[in-house]
Amino acid sequence: MTQSAVRPTPASPTPPGGHLLEVRDLHVEFRTTEGVARVINGVTYHLDAGETLAVLGESGSGKSVTAQAIMGILDTPPAHVRSGQILYQGRDLLTQSEEQRRQVRGKEIAMIFQDALSALNPVFPVGWQIGETLRQREGMSRADARRRTVELMDLVKIPAAAKRLGDYPHQFSGGMRQRVMIAMALALDPKVLIADEPTTALDVTVQAQIMDLLADLRRDLNMAMILITHDLGVVAGVADRIAVMYAGRIVEHADVRSLYRAPAHPYTKGLLESIPRLDVRGQALSTIKGLPPNLMRIPSGCPFHPRCPYVQQVCVDVVPHDLVLGDGRTSACHFAQEVRDDSAR
Amino acid sequence: MSDFETVAATEDQAARRGVSGEPATPDRIGAPQRARSLAGDAWRDLRRNPIFWVSLALVVLAAAMAAVPSLFTANDPRDCLLSRQHAGPSGGAIFGYDFQGCDVYARAVYGTRASLLVGALAALATGVIALVVGMLAGYFGGWVDAVLSRVIDIVLGIPLLLAAIVLLKRLSTSSDNVRLFAVIFVLAVLGWTTAARVIRSSVITAKEQDYVSAARMLGARNGRIMWRHILPNALAPAIVVLTIALGSFIAAEATLSFLGIGLKAPTISWGQDIDTGRIHMRESATPLIVPSAFLALTVLAFIMLGDAIRDAFDPKLR
Amino acid sequence: MTAPASPTKVRGETILSVDNVVKHFPISRGVLFQKQIGAVKAVDGVSFELRRGETLGVVGESGCGKSTLARLLMRLETPTSGRATLEGRDLFKASGSELRRLRRNMQMVMQDPYTSLNPRMTVGDIIGEPFEIHPDAAPKGSKRKRVQELLDVVGLNPEHVNRYPHQFSGGQRQRIGIARALALRPEVIVCDEPVSALDVSIQAQVINLLEQLQDEFGLSYIFIAHDLSVVRHISDRVAVMYLGKIVEIGTEEEIYERATHPYTQALLSAVPVPDPEAREDRGIIRLTGDVPSPADPPSGCRFRTRCWKAQEVCATQEPHTVLRAADPHPSACHFAEVRPGA
Repeated sequence: MTQSAVRPTPASPTPPGGHLLEVRDLHVEFRTTEGVARVINGVTYHLDAGETLAVLGESGSGKSVTAQAIMGILDTPPAHVRSGQILYQGRDLLTQSEEQRRQVRGKEIAMIFQDALSALNPVFPVGWQIGETLRQREGMSRADARRRTVELMDLVKIPAAAKRLGDYPHQFSGGMRQRVMIAMALALDPKVLIADEPTTALDVTVQAQIMDLLADLRRDLNMAMILITHDLGVVAGVADRIAVMYAGRIVEHADVRSLYRAPAHPYTKGLLESIPRLDVRGQALSTIKGLPPNLMRIPSGCPFHPRCPYVQQVCVDVVPHDLVLGDGRTSACHFAQEVRDDSAR
Repeated sequence: MSDFETVAATEDQAARRGVSGEPATPDRIGAPQRARSLAGDAWRDLRRNPIFWVSLALVVLAAAMAAVPSLFTANDPRDCLLSRQHAGPSGGAIFGYDFQGCDVYARAVYGTRASLLVGALAALATGVIALVVGMLAGYFGGWVDAVLSRVIDIVLGIPLLLAAIVLLKRLSTSSDNVRLFAVIFVLAVLGWTTAARVIRSSVITAKEQDYVSAARMLGARNGRIMWRHILPNALAPAIVVLTIALGSFIAAEATLSFLGIGLKAPTISWGQDIDTGRIHMRESATPLIVPSAFLALTVLAFIMLGDAIRDAFDPKLR
Repeated sequence: MTAPASPTKVRGETILSVDNVVKHFPISRGVLFQKQIGAVKAVDGVSFELRRGETLGVVGESGCGKSTLARLLMRLETPTSGRATLEGRDLFKASGSELRRLRRNMQMVMQDPYTSLNPRMTVGDIIGEPFEIHPDAAPKGSKRKRVQELLDVVGLNPEHVNRYPHQFSGGQRQRIGIARALALRPEVIVCDEPVSALDVSIQAQVINLLEQLQDEFGLSYIFIAHDLSVVRHISDRVAVMYLGKIVEIGTEEEIYERATHPYTQALLSAVPVPDPEAREDRGIIRLTGDVPSPADPPSGCRFRTRCWKAQEVCATQEPHTVLRAADPHPSACHFAEVRPGA
């Protein structure tokens, strides 16, 4: 134990004029009849134009709830933002009126979801659904909206777009539906796209197509993207930086290469060692013991300590702060350096 | 010992088999516990539920009134004097007298028997028919479902009153008991369809669950699958439908009686009194309100009882 | 627990043999008087053998028929045609008590740990049900002890017999499902996507448990999954399915190192590898379009509509899953060859 008092630092320097999007020390809790679940416990991350941040975590880690807080689509109640800031171009979204947030939603920050089938209305043609946003929000005429819809569908590489305007969601395959969702999200030219498990419901070959599409769009439109996923494989291909979440905290934050080369948090290390790899034969799978914590009774000190192989008494007593490692990465572990050195071996 | 050491020790035990989730309790080698069943757990749950006790008390009270009405009133409900028409409370007649000059309270007490019998027995019979038809149609599907669903459609299409008139007319001279059971019979035969549809659709939902496939793969026969796996998971909506139907059966008896094809004097029932009370409502409201309140309380008691039982049989709500 | 007594228990001998199994689901119109207007060819002529003690992985994308295959083997669906034998006994012809006897030898672990356990039964009743259905499987009065043993075997606390499924997490529920499948001491277990509904950190726990149980009880697995990495990890041999057919089958090494079917190659190249550096060395084959509808599969080779090698012959002549010159394992491609540099 050498360091303990370290303040959180972003993994890349702040550009002049601030970050495009920044979440600062966000706390969200769910108040239910059984008790208070502390779902987000001090999440801080940022995003700059044109970059992709992957937020990696398992179910219950708070990765989707953070995104919902950014979008302002949290179900309140039971969800309550206890404290924190969400700065978009320097303005705090959390202090804005619902009307102001509505302006940001879709136009500045758009979101796509895992389940495209239930996100689309089954009784309206796909072209109409994309066009509706344009007519409502941009005040476009029917003809203009139609023209733009075809453009958008071309952009997301839906073949024969003009012919498919009148088709209904069920007439599209899973991959094509996800493309329709992306087209809808892009309709108002957002600067930030939040993709919540965009490929989880898709087959591998289709998954690869969609990830390619998202990478192309980001490059061509210079869009910033937050990719929320549980899949370590998907992340490795597209993200610039990764934030790993556990029990409502970011436990590790690093650029993709250094994180995969030498994870500096025992949870990340455990995750990487517990997934079978296609390109490695006869590998023994190590496991992370135990279960993710109940968010109503988060363990004392480091929330990962009951499952951690590096656990010491200090982990039970003291909440670890983000430890800044040399190369601009952070890890919320008392033994971050040791973990990283172990991983690098 | 610190928290950390406790956690580590129990985790070690649990880690033996690639780690179970929850830390094992320290007394894991303790004496084997008694096996619990869903019904046993439901009963333990019900025992602590005040709503269950309140509703049960009301149902028991109604049953007692039905069985021994003279315990609750000293007056004779058939002792009617036109001179007392709409008279105020006096003697044992705490709610006064009705149009015929009969004791309103005594009539309500004595009416419990017929009304409760009609409501409870018709609901019970409805439940049995609906359960059998809904289960067979939902579980076996195919032509069984096609035939039974058409039967449901046909029965649903029969107007209750018309059928009741046809069926009950010829019994107008029979004894009171025969007429009572005829009314129950007619209500049950015409009233089971909604419940059957509800059960059928919840059986279909339950049937598609993986645990039914799992039971089948273990070699379970249809009877066991229906009884152990489908019925407990399909019953909840049926309980709601049936407790509500119970109230409507009591009301339907009133309509039949009003048309002269249901119960007749000297049999007393809430339905008949509500109907007479309705006609003379302008002169005095009590003869309408009292039997209506008896009816409403009884129906409410059954609905609360049904809800409590339904919740007790859902482990997720415990 | 010991494996059931049987005269011959040679590791590596064929325990399950599946021959040209077909399942077509009729598409029909009308309620009372139905008219068939087509058929979904979910499984369309599948043959393979499972050897004692091995794990055969079955991979493929959604709609390829792998789950239907599992349901056919478990007799949850009736096959349209074909034959399957389990230790020499006909699986599809058996009925009544003969079928019940067969079921004791073959069990399944299902994908969804949330719907596969009856929410209104205690864990003790769920794992004890096999003994109620087959009273001779456990001596009288020992049922409760057996249930607790099984809980212990799958790494759960034996004291939790009186809990209900919703009181457990997904991974623990999957362990309960495994305990139920083990109760009758089967020799073959079909695992239908047993870990795909679980969180990453829990998947490894369940995979390790399955491997450990295999060693302990000499089980043979058919391991169905869409995750090629998981299948490689656990399987001895692998079958790749596409639109109701096995397009390639071989040892784990033959499929993952020397695949000769273009579909297998594309599938493997599309798997995201959790290593940004290893990714860059891999040539990725991008398939265009979607899987065609199994109700109307392409003529000849079913993969030809998405295949970059497709030629005239692929549309007219169906390639059979036979040994190919490129590498000695069965592959259903006219132009089978090992992908250079793969």
